[in-house]
Amino acid sequence: MLVKLCLRGMETLELTQEEQFQARIDADVRIEPKDWMPDAYRKTLIRQISQHAHSELVGMLPEGNWITRAPSLKRKSILLAKVQDEAGHGLYLYSAAETLGASRDQMLADLHSGKAKYSSIFNYPTLSWADMGCVGWLVDGAAILNQVPLCRTSYGPYARAMVRVCKEESFHQRQGFEIMQTLCEGSPEQKAMAQEGLNRWWWPTLMMFGPKDSESPNTAQSMNWRIKRFTNDELRQKFVDMMVPQAEFLGLTVPDPNLKWNEAKQGYDFGDVDWEEFWNVVKGNGLCNQERLQARVQAHEEGAWVREAALAHAEKRKQREEAKAVAA
Amino acid sequence: MMTDSPMPAPAAAAPTPETPAQLFAYVLQLADTSLILAHRLSEWCGHGPILEQDLAMANIALDLLGEARSYYQYAAELEGQGRTEDDLAYLRSAVEYRNPLLVEQPNGDFAHTIVRQFIYDCFHYHLLLQLKSGPDAQLAAIAEKSVKEAAYHIKWSSEWVIRLGDGTEESRRRVEKALGNLWRYAGELTTPSATEKALQAAGYLPDYAPLQQQIDAHAARVFEEATLPVPQGVFMQKGGKDGRHSEHLGYLLAELQYLQRTYPGLQW
Amino acid sequence: MSQKEWPLWEVFIRSKQGLDHKHVGSLHAADAEMAIQNARDVYTRRLEGVSIWVVESKHVHASNPDDSAAFYEPANDKIYRHPTFYQVPDSIKHM
Repeated sequence: MLVKLCLRGMETLELTQEEQFQARIDADVRIEPKDWMPDAYRKTLIRQISQHAHSELVGMLPEGNWITRAPSLKRKSILLAKVQDEAGHGLYLYSAAETLGASRDQMLADLHSGKAKYSSIFNYPTLSWADMGCVGWLVDGAAILNQVPLCRTSYGPYARAMVRVCKEESFHQRQGFEIMQTLCEGSPEQKAMAQEGLNRWWWPTLMMFGPKDSESPNTAQSMNWRIKRFTNDELRQKFVDMMVPQAEFLGLTVPDPNLKWNEAKQGYDFGDVDWEEFWNVVKGNGLCNQERLQARVQAHEEGAWVREAALAHAEKRKQREEAKAVAA
Repeated sequence: MMTDSPMPAPAAAAPTPETPAQLFAYVLQLADTSLILAHRLSEWCGHGPILEQDLAMANIALDLLGEARSYYQYAAELEGQGRTEDDLAYLRSAVEYRNPLLVEQPNGDFAHTIVRQFIYDCFHYHLLLQLKSGPDAQLAAIAEKSVKEAAYHIKWSSEWVIRLGDGTEESRRRVEKALGNLWRYAGELTTPSATEKALQAAGYLPDYAPLQQQIDAHAARVFEEATLPVPQGVFMQKGGKDGRHSEHLGYLLAELQYLQRTYPGLQW
Repeated sequence: MSQKEWPLWEVFIRSKQGLDHKHVGSLHAADAEMAIQNARDVYTRRLEGVSIWVVESKHVHASNPDDSAAFYEPANDKIYRHPTFYQVPDSIKHM
């Protein structure tokens, strides 16, 4: 009886802890690594942050493709610096997830086994130089819309990593737009290259915001915890409203026959995403799913002996120094 | 680690009527060398053994790319024919490229890339130390900026040679194999071509013998710490600096130049 | 796959002479020298720093959030530690 009472007492204590936690979130107080947090909050964050980190890592591949083929020395430098930034962003994010007790090795193992997901957009191929423009302009544009609100997300290390990411990301979208603009002001072949790129990237980019709100069951809880600050459909609408005038400026046609300005809602109406394609790519049936993952697994496996050697050497050096200290 | 033995004071510059053309050829050689090595390193981007080293290699590639651009721009200026940095990089064929054979060699495994980088960094760093006090102001200015970057490169690659040499059995086996494959390209770096000889005579380039001593001294220190034997009696290949390359360069340029060659004369 | 991971290091960067080192994040490295170089490559790509400190994460000891009331609230009522607590006549300058 006494034991039971005690347990009940702990339950109420737990409940208050959870309530206290939610109250801090509601007051926009950041949660820091050592603070108490509900298990589900921790798990959701690890999943979200590591997915984000994996996206940066895998996201290096489609653009990395074109570093060796960039058409000028200036473009080559910019592209290399950009893809390198993505490595940096992946690293900032893995660091943030590590403050929650996840190890990078485990996160990578989950990526490599297919258990963890990354942004499906990187399972589409980059086929022409215009794709470097499209990835920067559209894909990074969409990413920024997702990411800027995350600078105010409730978990401190995640928010701080995102501030750093967003600061660096702003050049990415601009360089993408500049590539598109140069192509659109260039020869007819270049203009056609730009249009063909937009035709392929427009719809996959809209898919980046995730399933419709009505089919996104985790959204409510995530918004409550302020690890997500706008719904998928809100962001998708915002993106279309932002991008259509830019496409018009470039003289490009957005490949959506249903696209129309809606005066009443002061935004564009637009066609429905091909959700079958969306779910197919999520499930691993995109053109490049296997290649992308394979490339990551291979890099990791082929790097194993390098990582081992560095550790072995550090250990030898440490032992030598200790022996020296003892002798002295 | 980088204490340098004193070098003889540079001879006074004595330009001849051929010096400007030779200087153009030499600057182009420096440009080609930096570009090709940067290109090779950039192939690693996204495929490195660990994220932190992916960033490190990209940084070195970016440094070299920046250095290449400075040389190409200067070469274009020296030539005065209206060609741009991109014309020089994208519209010259393999036989016109003047980089030494070493830098065009494929990446291979990480040990192979490290050894290639180490051999090059030893030469590059010590050369830039000389060029930055040379008589050509522009070349000296580029060297002044680049030598700071090269000081970091040689530190990075030296430490990796030590780690891999004195790491595990596997890393040692791989680094020895890489040395076996790449050491034969080291000699070309300090074997002056006709152009280099002429510029040395005119006081624009240092004598390579003392440079070689500095390189050897640094390499010996690193090999000792890495517990690796210094390669001996290797037949040295050459030809890159005269436009006679290995088969690898053609493929590299086909990729590098693809867009410029497919759509001539456009802006990107 | 039972291979050991490189240790985790916390990175602190002084952005400018005269300022404190500030925590910027973490990274993995096999040894301290490599940690400093990695920090340079990861966290100072845009001229963010003039000095770097690295500390292996396992050596960082942190206060416990449960102690925060005992640790920090006692300072709340020591308002006499702040200059605004004291009234200085208007005619007195340079204080």
